[in-house]
Amino acid sequence: MAEILYAIFVGPFRDMAGAPAFLVEVLLGGLFTGLMYSLVALGFVLIFKASGVFNFAQGVMVLFAALTLVGLMERGMPVAPALLITMAVMVALAFLIERVVLRPLVNQEAIILFMATIGLNFFLEGFGELLWGANVKKLDVGIPDRSFMMAGVQINQLEMSAAATAAVLVGVLAVFFQRTRIGRALRAVADDHEAALSIGIPLKTIWLIVWSVAGLVAIVAGIMWGAKSGVQFSLSLVALKALPVLILGGFTSVPGAIVGGLIVGVGEKLGEVYWGPLVGGAIENWFAYVVALAFLLFRPQGLFGEKIIERV
Amino acid sequence: MSTASPGPLLQVEAVSVRFGALLALSAVSLSIHRGEILAIIGPNGAGKTTLLNVISGFYHPHEGRILFEGRDRTRLSPPDVAALGVARTFQNVALFKGMSVLDNLMTGRLLKMGGHFLLDALWWGPAKRQELANRAFVERVIDFLEIQSIRKTPAGKLPYGLQKRVELGRALAAEPKLLLLDEPMAGMNVEEKEDMSRFILDVNGEFGTTIALIEHDMGVVMDITDRVVVLDYGRKIADGPPEQVRKDPVVLDAYLGASHG
Repeated sequence: MAEILYAIFVGPFRDMAGAPAFLVEVLLGGLFTGLMYSLVALGFVLIFKASGVFNFAQGVMVLFAALTLVGLMERGMPVAPALLITMAVMVALAFLIERVVLRPLVNQEAIILFMATIGLNFFLEGFGELLWGANVKKLDVGIPDRSFMMAGVQINQLEMSAAATAAVLVGVLAVFFQRTRIGRALRAVADDHEAALSIGIPLKTIWLIVWSVAGLVAIVAGIMWGAKSGVQFSLSLVALKALPVLILGGFTSVPGAIVGGLIVGVGEKLGEVYWGPLVGGAIENWFAYVVALAFLLFRPQGLFGEKIIERV
Repeated sequence: MSTASPGPLLQVEAVSVRFGALLALSAVSLSIHRGEILAIIGPNGAGKTTLLNVISGFYHPHEGRILFEGRDRTRLSPPDVAALGVARTFQNVALFKGMSVLDNLMTGRLLKMGGHFLLDALWWGPAKRQELANRAFVERVIDFLEIQSIRKTPAGKLPYGLQKRVELGRALAAEPKLLLLDEPMAGMNVEEKEDMSRFILDVNGEFGTTIALIEHDMGVVMDITDRVVVLDYGRKIADGPPEQVRKDPVVLDAYLGASHG
């Protein structure tokens, strides 16, 4: 009994303290994975806030963006124009989704819109495969996947560049939402549709904007993931990990999506490396869901979500 | 005012609205004249809010027309109606609860900020200057409504009476030609009602804003309005100055008659 307790509560921490450089590497690895979850979750939150639609297809949008970029580059196009075209494709996709899927379903129940995004999920997956094939593709955006040593810690150049890009993206979005007129309109729509309409905010334009922004976020996520582990169809499964992240962070909070993603990423990496051997590994696969379950039981609104207040 | 076309600001011509088998409005016609305060009254379910929703574009009539400044505006969407200069408040306060009072009022200025909605984020300098100019106007509205002390408070945390005042402020921030108020004094105490009455009279007096309001408190209606339209079962049963409407036997019957219990 004492040995088990020791192995759970003391051993892992002794290991951490014994090899701090390795611990930092594990943490960095976890943060990188977490950032990926954050970006997918961010796409969810943007759309959910502005339209109340739970977009099941966000993960496939990441895949679709990465596929389009890789596909264009495989046909000999340089990175910069390929990226621009991918951006245009994602905006066009947002436009089509608003026209073909959202507009005819306006004022329908949330569950119907949710079902529509499941349909969208399958459509995009099939359409992507049709266009670009089903093989695993290597995405090379010109940042070498090399590592260098700093203070005894191995640091991956690609991961660092990707993290920096994501940080800039999040910063830009934060300014966009807090400081600009459109940002204010977006927050207004998220708060009360009817009131937003009455002061002249066109809902259709707002939807187009959030779906476009979610598409652009998907590109960044797609590049990060694709450059690291290749562009493949299992990528859309990452979206499933975004669900526990959303529960953790709160469905309507942008900072929540980011912090939630980082917590899940770091938590599952630490669990895998230090506690994994105890249970034969694979902690990484279920860690996020267990945390989400705990949150649902004790803090259903998440870390940053709006508190659910019952007025009596 | 000199550029305004002659005739009423808004005309509702034989408008009918159906919800399934229910005829919510039945061939209702009325005009709202420039500069007046018009009250729309009637028993519960008479179609008052429906009428307001038709005017502001939330519902479209099945029959009839809506003319604003002489032009047919029957089929416009709510944002387009707002763009014409029609602002409104809602029966159950529809504020942006998570945003501060100041931000709520600033959203009311969205239409006044020129430039293209999509491109605006890219032009930092002009956008900022515009923001300042609009901010100055909003501060005037804040002073006018005497809500300086709560400007940074999230709207959802305010007591009901103040929320109603902030909602009026958001509508005023849009500098509307026509202001539609759906029960601006519902759920208020006497003091709050007096404040609100004063604000409505001042808006009308100082800015010349045309106002149409739905109100149940007959005392208030008699005190502050120039004209009263009475609806009952989706039909207009009276239209005239308050003193006259008050004595109208048809109106008395609608409110007190045996047929309504």
